[in-house]
Amino acid sequence: MSEEAPPEAPPVRARGLVKRYKEVLAVDHIDLNVRAGDVYGFLGPNGAGKTTTLRMALGLIVPTEGRVELFGRDPLREGARALEGVAGFVEAPRFYTYLSGRKNLELLAALDGDGAHERIDEVLEVVELSPRAGHRVGGYSHGMRQRLGIAAALLRRPRLLILDEPATGLDPAGMRDMRLLIRRLADDGITVLLSSHQLPEVQELCDRVAIVDSGRVVYEGALADLRRQGGAGYRLRTTDDARALEIARGLDGVEHAGRGEHGLVFQAEEQAVGALSLELGRAGVGILALTPELATLEDLFFRLTEGGDAQAPAATISGSSGVVPTLDGGRTGEHGSTAVPAPGAVEIG
Amino acid sequence: MAAASHAAPARVHVRRPSTLIVLRWELRKLISQKRTYLGFGLAILLPLIFVIVQNLHQRHDRGGENIFASQITQSGLATPVLMLLFLSVFMLPLIASLVAGDIVANEDGNGTLKTIFTRSVDRGQVFAAKALAAMAYAIVAVFLSAAVATIAGVASWGFKSVTTYSGTVVSAPKGLLLVFAANACYLIPLLTVTSIGVLLSTVTRNSAAAVVGTVGIVIVLLIVAQIPGLEGIHPYLLDEQFENWHGLLRTPTDWAPIAHSAWVCALYAGPALFAAYLVLLRRDVAGG
Repeated sequence: MSEEAPPEAPPVRARGLVKRYKEVLAVDHIDLNVRAGDVYGFLGPNGAGKTTTLRMALGLIVPTEGRVELFGRDPLREGARALEGVAGFVEAPRFYTYLSGRKNLELLAALDGDGAHERIDEVLEVVELSPRAGHRVGGYSHGMRQRLGIAAALLRRPRLLILDEPATGLDPAGMRDMRLLIRRLADDGITVLLSSHQLPEVQELCDRVAIVDSGRVVYEGALADLRRQGGAGYRLRTTDDARALEIARGLDGVEHAGRGEHGLVFQAEEQAVGALSLELGRAGVGILALTPELATLEDLFFRLTEGGDAQAPAATISGSSGVVPTLDGGRTGEHGSTAVPAPGAVEIG
Repeated sequence: MAAASHAAPARVHVRRPSTLIVLRWELRKLISQKRTYLGFGLAILLPLIFVIVQNLHQRHDRGGENIFASQITQSGLATPVLMLLFLSVFMLPLIASLVAGDIVANEDGNGTLKTIFTRSVDRGQVFAAKALAAMAYAIVAVFLSAAVATIAGVASWGFKSVTTYSGTVVSAPKGLLLVFAANACYLIPLLTVTSIGVLLSTVTRNSAAAVVGTVGIVIVLLIVAQIPGLEGIHPYLLDEQFENWHGLLRTPTDWAPIAHSAWVCALYAGPALFAAYLVLLRRDVAGG
């Protein structure tokens, strides 16, 4: 008989997860901490080990090392009991194509018990599949299957929703609807673990993220921390950029000053920005524009996952804003975020 | 997508569904698939073809043949016995393996295994339901074939008394009971074949390979039985067990072959099912 999980156990807690397929190390000592109420983004390039990690989390595959707990329960040891309050899908949701959408949900509701059958109409309404519920899934579009996957997950009244690329293959309207749905589910108190390639989607939805590369977590923590670590950058246009650059480089607190696509870019604390504007005024250099810019998640993602690549394009390293922020490898942020140096991906800029 | 509240509930212990519910859905899935009816179609068609051909080419003199063959036109009850004799070695194992070999592999390949493994039922429950569903299919196929053969035979040649292997004449009602009992006995080796099919379906993850593999094993055991010098192992080969029901059609009833086949088949089916269960329990579900 399994032990009772502590009520305060986090939705997902993974420690030292390793998955090895013969010579291939798919997941390399991954730690994850998804807290109650998180909308947690799980990012990484193709083949980084995201889906394998999610499969281990759902008990679909056995870790070579380490363990994962959902609300304090190990799916490998406790089987279906560990999945109480947990729902979702990895890769594309799969259904019985020879059955209708409703019949599929009836089947899954039967396998869920707990009154799931009574929620079928409700979840079909939520994902707007009611009119097509009687049709065979074999005739569904990709987007409809994704939505049916969400409906199947909601049948379980989850406290943790694990979604692997839910917007993949959807048209822009479908992607927007999916984002809205996830946002609303999160607002309802459901913890969401979202694996996605859609960086704007993650930036919009998620408050905490883990970025994996080559099977390793290269960053885990608050998205805000990550962006802060990415550096507060500024873009500056003046009447004399050459003189302005000279002044900026000579000023304490102004770092990484250089020429950008349209003017100058630099990093600085607000006080130093004030000092710089005064100095420029004294030197007779007129300020045409001074724009603060935070690094986007996309910038940071590429820096963390491709940063060590000497061949990486300059736009990737410096980000779309042209700002060259510093990302401190191994630094712990104020909200417990951790940037773990990926092989060759530290101290860029 | 529509707005509705889905407030996450507090932690509650979910009452999980029983294996019977899982089995019910396995059967519903079977009923919904065309493949299911391929086997049933064979189980229906073959006796019908047999009876039609016999009606077209009636020969009354069948001296030297099987005792039931010699009374084919004298009693409709000879037909189901003959059909069982003809179908038991290859066709019924093939029909059983169509579903048994497919039942796990198909879901693995389509990715639906991961769908049901992330619900509130344990893998053991899913496995038990699948194995039972495959067996239920084999049982239905056998009795469907027997029913069609009986109805067609009786319609053609009447519901009359029949002579058994020991030369005893039994009344038509008793003959009907013996036909039912013979088919029930035949289920012992057939469910063993089904168990092997489930094992191959689980291990190979490939429906075609599992179906062919199951039939292949039956054929290999038949070939082994023909090899001179291996007579000592004949009583333990699967094909020998296909004839266990002959004992029922003797007077007095010879229970020995039935009891023998029961334990020999258990030696095949038990390890096969246990191995399949262990494989499914520990399997990485990465397909689909």
